[in-house]
Amino acid sequence: MINEEFDAIVIGAGMSGNAAAYTMASDGLKVLQLERGEYPGSKNVQGAIMYANMLEKIIPDFRDDAPLERHLVEQRLWVMDETSHTGIHYRSEDFNEVKPNRYTIIRAQFDKWFSRRVREAGATVLCETTVTELVRDDKGKVIGVWTDRAGGAIYADVVVLAEGVCGLLGTRGGLRKMLKPEAVALAVKEMHFLPEEVIEQRFGVKGSEGCVIEAVGTISHGMAGLGFLYTNKESISLGIGCLVSDFTAKMESPYALLDALKNHPSIRPLIAGSEVKEYAAHLIPEGGYKAIPQLFGDGWVVVGDAAQLNNAIHREGSNLAMTSGRIAAEAIIQVKRRNDPMTKRNLALYKTMLDESFVVKDLRKYKDMPALLHNNAGNFFTTYPRLMSQAAQNFMRVDGTPKIEKEKATTAAFIKARSRLGLVSDAIRLALAWR
Amino acid sequence: MTNPVTKFRVEDKLYQNRYLVDSGRPHIKVRPHEQPSANLLALTRVCPAKCYELNDKGQVEITADGCMECGTCRILCETSGEIEWNYPRGGFGVLFKFG
Repeated sequence: MINEEFDAIVIGAGMSGNAAAYTMASDGLKVLQLERGEYPGSKNVQGAIMYANMLEKIIPDFRDDAPLERHLVEQRLWVMDETSHTGIHYRSEDFNEVKPNRYTIIRAQFDKWFSRRVREAGATVLCETTVTELVRDDKGKVIGVWTDRAGGAIYADVVVLAEGVCGLLGTRGGLRKMLKPEAVALAVKEMHFLPEEVIEQRFGVKGSEGCVIEAVGTISHGMAGLGFLYTNKESISLGIGCLVSDFTAKMESPYALLDALKNHPSIRPLIAGSEVKEYAAHLIPEGGYKAIPQLFGDGWVVVGDAAQLNNAIHREGSNLAMTSGRIAAEAIIQVKRRNDPMTKRNLALYKTMLDESFVVKDLRKYKDMPALLHNNAGNFFTTYPRLMSQAAQNFMRVDGTPKIEKEKATTAAFIKARSRLGLVSDAIRLALAWR
Repeated sequence: MTNPVTKFRVEDKLYQNRYLVDSGRPHIKVRPHEQPSANLLALTRVCPAKCYELNDKGQVEITADGCMECGTCRILCETSGEIEWNYPRGGFGVLFKFG
């Protein structure tokens, strides 16, 4: 198919792949990027919030032409039971800055734009091409790829595996293990379309301002999970994700969970009258620091979701993906400049650089959180949310009960549900895992 | 727990999506079996596109046309060999308009 040799082949045109391809092509490397979708973005699913700082480090002027939906001025965190939500809302005028910090995006559109920038930087981008196998030399060094197109192998000095959470090549090639059901969440999402002015009225925003709601509680039916609602320009991304291990143990259907969320009395009025135009599903790596696989080897590096670089606690994925793609590219550029071969030893530079970045530092901070949430889902996602709702309602409802009795009832409810020891140990475990 | 209303709903949801189906070349296959394992059986509930269903002999069957390529079934059943999992050929499969 292509009878030329490349400096680098990038597999996948998602956030990490585009960041890697753009960075290398901008530096003059001869880059081939392969994408199995009909167009870049056609296979990519995200919530989606995009953090400006990480993209700015790659494309400083991205705000000039990137398809951005709304910049976020308000974040709500809701703890929900069946009929209520107790919320922390943070809204600040400071977020209405010249260069806003976070945006909602629509991935299919955003990725098309990013890919155009990659091509303009000089990379060759080939869509509708599924890479089927890595090509190795007799010493096991990765030297290229086979694709499902007619023709032979394509060769390169280094292959960047930006193949996403469910990447086949790395696992089939023995470069990393298959994800475990307890280390991966399944999220489903619908796109609800509403007129711009309706969204602005319902969420108290104007112009390109946007609002985020993230919700935990009985909505995940006792599973470790998170619901989310993100405002786009004229649509709302509404979804929910839970651990695959929990879905399996409870035999729950993700679409039933999403339907229940849509019908929750706190959510229903926000999406009333909307037209649903797409239903998507996607896996999210949730294993954190302890699940990070081998990141480099002879002739290859792995980036983004394929490397399980996702901060589940802060719901940050695409910025870790972009950053790992950029750093991998910068490491490759350095090795190339020294005219050194793309060996495991030389590509170790990528891991050294990544370890020094926020990507690994943040994941290391929360290394114990995935196990804690996995093992305590019932308490954290059902018992406590219900108790919080009861406590809040007890506090709000004026019914002639003396306040001292209300306080005692609330305390008693917590102790009855979890015991004094249970409450203290949950608090300590959470504090330790958070530290 | 089989709920016909839910089934109707998920098919309705998938109707909004765009697919380019690679006719006659399903990218996921279920290995013939007598009785499904717990994980394989769970796919009849957990698959977000409801691609997996029980036949009247109690075996799990797949119709991969509505597949959103999320990989949940791969995580649960590839290692045990119960399913054979691949991505569709380049360009085929689900085509997200928004993603």
